[in-house]
Amino acid sequence: MTNPPSLQTRRELFRRAAVAALLAGPAGGLLSACAIGSGSDPGPGSQGTDATLRAAAGAGNPLGVPPDKPLEIVIFKGGYSDEYAKFDEELYRKRFPEARITHRGIQQVGQVMQPRFVAGDPPDIIDNTGAGRLEISVLSADRQLRDLRELLDAPSIDDPATKIRDILLPGVVEDGTMDGVFCVLNYVYTVYGIWYSKPFFEKNGWEYPQTWDAMLALCAEIKKSGLAPWTYQGKYPEYMNDPLFMLAAKAGGMELIKAIDNLEPNAWQSDAMKGAVEAIYELAARGYFLKGSEGLSHTEAQTAWVQGKAAFIPCGSWLESEQKSVTPAGFDMVVGATPRLSSSDKMPVTATQGGSGESFIVPAMAKNPYGAMEFLRIMLSKEAARRFAELASALPTVAGATEGLTLSSGLSSVRDMVAAAGDDVFIYKFGGWYPTIGKAASTATGELLTRRITPADWIKRLQKAADDVARDSSIPKYER
Amino acid sequence: MRHGKHRFLLSFLTIPLILYAVFVISPYVQAFYLALTDWRGVSSRQRFIGLGNFTRLLHDPVFWAGLRNNGVMLLVVPLATILFALFFASMLNLGGRRGRAGVRGARGTSLYRFVYFFPQVLSVAIIAVLWQFVYTPNAGLLNSVLDAVGLSALRNSWLAEPSLALWCVMAVIVWSAVGFYVVLFSAAMQSIPREIFEAAMLDGAGRRATFRRITLPLVWDNVQVAFIYLGIAAMDGFAIVQIMTVGPGGPDDATEVIGLGLWRNAFTYGKFGYASAMGVALFFLTLTLAALTLRVSRRDRVEF
Repeated sequence: MTNPPSLQTRRELFRRAAVAALLAGPAGGLLSACAIGSGSDPGPGSQGTDATLRAAAGAGNPLGVPPDKPLEIVIFKGGYSDEYAKFDEELYRKRFPEARITHRGIQQVGQVMQPRFVAGDPPDIIDNTGAGRLEISVLSADRQLRDLRELLDAPSIDDPATKIRDILLPGVVEDGTMDGVFCVLNYVYTVYGIWYSKPFFEKNGWEYPQTWDAMLALCAEIKKSGLAPWTYQGKYPEYMNDPLFMLAAKAGGMELIKAIDNLEPNAWQSDAMKGAVEAIYELAARGYFLKGSEGLSHTEAQTAWVQGKAAFIPCGSWLESEQKSVTPAGFDMVVGATPRLSSSDKMPVTATQGGSGESFIVPAMAKNPYGAMEFLRIMLSKEAARRFAELASALPTVAGATEGLTLSSGLSSVRDMVAAAGDDVFIYKFGGWYPTIGKAASTATGELLTRRITPADWIKRLQKAADDVARDSSIPKYER
Repeated sequence: MRHGKHRFLLSFLTIPLILYAVFVISPYVQAFYLALTDWRGVSSRQRFIGLGNFTRLLHDPVFWAGLRNNGVMLLVVPLATILFALFFASMLNLGGRRGRAGVRGARGTSLYRFVYFFPQVLSVAIIAVLWQFVYTPNAGLLNSVLDAVGLSALRNSWLAEPSLALWCVMAVIVWSAVGFYVVLFSAAMQSIPREIFEAAMLDGAGRRATFRRITLPLVWDNVQVAFIYLGIAAMDGFAIVQIMTVGPGGPDDATEVIGLGLWRNAFTYGKFGYASAMGVALFFLTLTLAALTLRVSRRDRVEF
């Protein structure tokens, strides 16, 4: 009736356990499929030699694109869709009718493209964007990106006397430079601010505040009217970090931003940072957030906001196009620059966090890099850029791209904000350079806004996260 | 003849075995090697760094948070799922006693069986999205139901509350798993000869005694298997946590699981070597767990 334990069954036991563990297949195994393969190593200077990749340059073809070489383009099909790229491909086809263009619009760019990199067979252009993108710093450290400086020095399509580098908005070249090499062309300009419905504010006689004290005073008034003054994308608390870090940057100036990014000792304990954390904490302490915000996803929070359940929401300039389908007519959202902490701020109130995104890269091992650069050159033409602004309701990184276009309320407020900011556009780099600090900031802010930690705890946590990175010799360090 | 049979068998086995070796075994073997490197995931180049990733793992608070939460899940999820499944299965198969047949299921058995199994048909992603709507604070089903029955005091931002978030996640895992084990245990209970139950009834055994002394011992093999599978599921939890929770993995690492940390390190931080080390650690944990379960839950097998 019974099976006595024996050596046989003990081995059986182990074997069954092993099989069970194998069948369960925790993600560990999937990660590395074909990781140690035959892919060749690009190494430094292994970009194909010009002779094989390039045709003779001429008047209509300054980059020397081989006219019959196929071109493979991978576009992130997210909020901006990929229709604009198809339009640009038509423009390319007009110039090079013999070239066969392969277009793919995908979402998980990293997961789909990673094996192609490992195999040494990447496409010619990748729009490396979206939550599942490849980490640019990793690609750069592994020398997987083509140097695009030839593109910067190429003449623009609309005016051959002007170089591409001179038609890009400020910051685009800097944003795309990794370790001194320009290798990422960002196509969309994004600014961050605090959004509200202009007609609604006018109806109530509310004026968008210029200082944080005025913000708190206005919030008190809004709350008295029975409306929640703020909501935020609670499931992803990093949205609330944008106003927080903007407050700090305005108060502390570029020195503060650089100190934070360069992991300087005690950078997080500066007065500007403390003031900003306390300012944001006040919103929670005074109960100015829509109840339950901490549990709302970005879509839920943003939808509650367009439904008029809260007055303010923080977001980047993509908000209008993201909310297009659920925004009621006449809501006319506009973005306001984050108020100043005090009159002793080092930056003007018009300053804003902003930068370029929608990162186009050309892999070092691309088979048609000159075709790829030509495609990027076409994307930066007035015709293509305007089409993009129309299709995607977003600002392309080309100067003057939206001139003469009738823009929606949100996009025109974004354009005004960029114009008002002038050169006072800043961006923190630590989140991209050292993602663990970014995660620590997101987690800590979530705790701060639910008042489970104090501003002092928040500072302590972030300082520790930064110190941990600074101490860790395995993490490559960057400096600005 | 015999020769031909072997060739026949071999031809059937070769292709699946090759596929299994290429797509399952070889990635596992590679993961063991990669765990000893600093591979960043985008080239075929990696540097051998010995056990560096593993020592780092020991000092990674997020990994420990994941380990702790997976540990809690390991204690709660299999036990809760199996208790629910055993209860439902015995009610469905043996609960009714009024009929002349002696032992049969409670009324409405076929409907219940269908309802219980339903979550099994849904993909994990859909389950997570559905439950996110249940838990969402303002218009969520759970809070609305609490309001409707006059328990508004219990309203909560379920997934945003560190003390509740993990329990919310575990509830979803249990909910989605129970149906399968109801079916598994039902099948086992069906195969128990009716006479045994009838004999027990004649001897005056109540429902509880019948269950404890007859049903449970006779389905113990299935319970043991269920423990292993659920234990492995409890060591995972990645998909539901990733889609449903704040952060994900939050608030404040309250729902962090090892799988999520592994995914984040690999695909967000580009530390594939380190992530592989987490995978290897998880592999050994799961292996140990499976072996322990088989060892601890070993009982005499009853044949009938």
